[in-house]
Amino acid sequence: MRDIHKRFGGTVALDGATLNIGAAEVHALVGQNGAGKSTIIKVLTGYVPRDAGEVDFQGVPFTVTSPRAAQDAGISTIYQEINLVESRSVIENICLGREARRFGLLDWPAMHAEAERILARFNMRVDVRRPLSHFSTANQQMIAIARAIGFSARLVIMDEPTSSLTDRESAVLFDVIRGLKSDGISVLFVSHKLDELYAVCDRVTIMRDGRTVRSCAMDEIDKLELVSTMLGREVSRRDGHATAFGGHTRQPGDDLFQATHLADSGHVRDISFTLRQNEIVGFAGLLGAGRTETARLIFGAIPTTKGTMQIDGGAFTPGSPADAIAAGIGFCTEDRKIEGIVPDMTVAENMMLALMPKLARAGIIDEARQAQIVAGFIDSLGIKCAGPHQKIRELSGGNQQKVLLGRWLAMSPRLLILDEPTRGIDVGAKAEIQKLVNRLADEGLAVLMISSELEEVIEGADRVYVLREGVSVAELDRDQITEDRVLGAMAHGSASV
Amino acid sequence: MGRQVSDRRIYAFLDRYATLIALVALIALNIVITPNFLTLQTLNVNLTQVCTIVIVAVGMTLVIATGGIDLSVGSLMAISGALAPMIFMGGIVDVGPVWVAVTLAIVVAIAVAGLLGAFNGWLIARFGIQPIVATLVLFIAGRGIAQVMTNGNLQVFAVPEFQFIGLGRVFGLPVQVLIMAVIVVGVAWMLRRTLFGRQILAVGGNELAAILSGMPVARVKIAVYAISGLLSGLAGLIVIAINSSSDANLVGLGIELDAIAAVAVGGTLLSGGRASIWGTLLGALTIQIVRYTLLANGVPDAAAMVVKAGIIIAAVWLQQKARAA
Repeated sequence: MRDIHKRFGGTVALDGATLNIGAAEVHALVGQNGAGKSTIIKVLTGYVPRDAGEVDFQGVPFTVTSPRAAQDAGISTIYQEINLVESRSVIENICLGREARRFGLLDWPAMHAEAERILARFNMRVDVRRPLSHFSTANQQMIAIARAIGFSARLVIMDEPTSSLTDRESAVLFDVIRGLKSDGISVLFVSHKLDELYAVCDRVTIMRDGRTVRSCAMDEIDKLELVSTMLGREVSRRDGHATAFGGHTRQPGDDLFQATHLADSGHVRDISFTLRQNEIVGFAGLLGAGRTETARLIFGAIPTTKGTMQIDGGAFTPGSPADAIAAGIGFCTEDRKIEGIVPDMTVAENMMLALMPKLARAGIIDEARQAQIVAGFIDSLGIKCAGPHQKIRELSGGNQQKVLLGRWLAMSPRLLILDEPTRGIDVGAKAEIQKLVNRLADEGLAVLMISSELEEVIEGADRVYVLREGVSVAELDRDQITEDRVLGAMAHGSASV
Repeated sequence: MGRQVSDRRIYAFLDRYATLIALVALIALNIVITPNFLTLQTLNVNLTQVCTIVIVAVGMTLVIATGGIDLSVGSLMAISGALAPMIFMGGIVDVGPVWVAVTLAIVVAIAVAGLLGAFNGWLIARFGIQPIVATLVLFIAGRGIAQVMTNGNLQVFAVPEFQFIGLGRVFGLPVQVLIMAVIVVGVAWMLRRTLFGRQILAVGGNELAAILSGMPVARVKIAVYAISGLLSGLAGLIVIAINSSSDANLVGLGIELDAIAAVAVGGTLLSGGRASIWGTLLGALTIQIVRYTLLANGVPDAAAMVVKAGIIIAAVWLQQKARAA
């Protein structure tokens, strides 16, 4: 694939991306959220048409118009979420779309044999007549992979295939990938787990902002360089400030919150940290490192399976967000549209969403007090809107974010969790929000900030925890916070450089 | 650009006032073509006919505002309508003086409908069952229960103390119209001014945001279905009071669709998050007057249904235009 361009409306998703996958090669594709990985896969598999650029497949120009055409040409894709029919049998799932027929009827014995033959390659001996929902997620994933390869594929695309697999199951998958390679089949492997890439891939293509920034053999690039290229950083301390944070001048206050060996049933495996008053703590880590999930654990939005939390030295076991709010915790979520705003409500109603129970007497809302509080925050946060009664969906992203900040500040929280507080908002609003967060910490608030923008963590946080594959691998005090150390910990799992 | 802006204004204006304009136009049309339209008699006929639909549709508006739907309203009306006569006619226990019996009958019948509504909400909030499926359970079973309770018999009665709610007058106004007015005003105020009203709209507008803001989402859902049940129970009693009889096969039959139509025409978003009780009232009145106009001018009921469908399509189309613009 050469020089691929793709726009979605006003958004440029691919801006000259190039991807070369050799025959019988396991090729890693890496990049941050929004780097264009999924889009280039969608172009390759015919889900979306390309705006410009060329694709050659097996030496000839290649244009696919539908996912089906890509499959017929020998390109199979395995998605992160299993896209099979749960209620139907393994046989039907494996043969879906290419059922064996005899005299116009389904040839069940042939399909049965075919399904067992394909699964045997994975050392899977299961009753193929059972419905898919009978099997564990891992087994379903393996069946999905078996199905994809059964399509007599020349190129198999795997989009984070190991995210729901255990280590042992992943090892089986890697054996299968090596087997495919020796059969002359190429694999495009997308993953955020660095160790996996080095274990199984031959070459790597790194994407950023819709472009290919580097493509080389796996052994030409070390983990640190890989991570810094992904994030667009040189491995050396950069001078000058890129953000509006004030730098590290605060004296942190008393311990407020402690988490010890936290785990959930998904991404979070072993995370420990301490948050103090009058301090911004940053969480750094790649996608899937467990940053957002940890925030949701603190907020009681997902259950903790292991570990303990403490507030002011007392045990804290939030059963729901309401418990966390009662304990003085606020949580500005990563996705404003899906988890934050109520689009049909006004600025005032959105801002008062969490405070409302306290504004009501006998269930009736004190409108005068609400108007007073809202006017105060519109002023102090510099929210640009036609007035408190404007619908929030009419506001810009930055102003929506400020309204949501107002929602939590109105609760006078002791701990504020900010998940990607400046994502998707313009530069001016970004600087204003950074200044505001800085001021809040100066005034005594404990802030936990999650950001994928390295400079935000490095310049904004007084202390940084680096998370890697669900484990808190490093804690950096303010005189230790450098890009090299943060990147190093993200790449290798320890702070030593 | 200028054209776009003016289009948007027109759609927004229509989205807001279309129902009212349609209602006024229909009334004007009737004044011209329908004989004896401007009489107290006509007003009373239309208001009494629309009352039960409005009462049920108010509850439906709250349910739809949370992003749900309640198909069981008609069956709950039948249950309440079957239960009340059994109590005040002494079919279950002998309860002494007639006003005690009537009070007990009204309270118990409405409470039972409310509890069944809460059961709907519990299925939806606790088990995550889709509202249309969860309320389908009582839609089907409820009418059966009402028929089993009465052995499928028609219950005929003449108890003026009870029938006051359907036939009585206060200051010359039918009692059920007053009941309707109190409910419309009360619920409209509740939706705008109370914590519960905000919670309803937040749950329907963005459930995840509501949960993450610490709202008791399950309790809110159970409460709206319970209110829908209570109002259905009340509507069932008004229907049997007017008819002086209760037929479990017929009380509230098909009213869920009239109520949903009134809500949709009134401008409440069927996807939740936005609700207008006044709109629902106007929607119900519009549909009622369309039906009356056609009937009074000799158009058969079957044709009236087609017109009703046309109005619903127009209302939904307008909503989409106004939101897209």
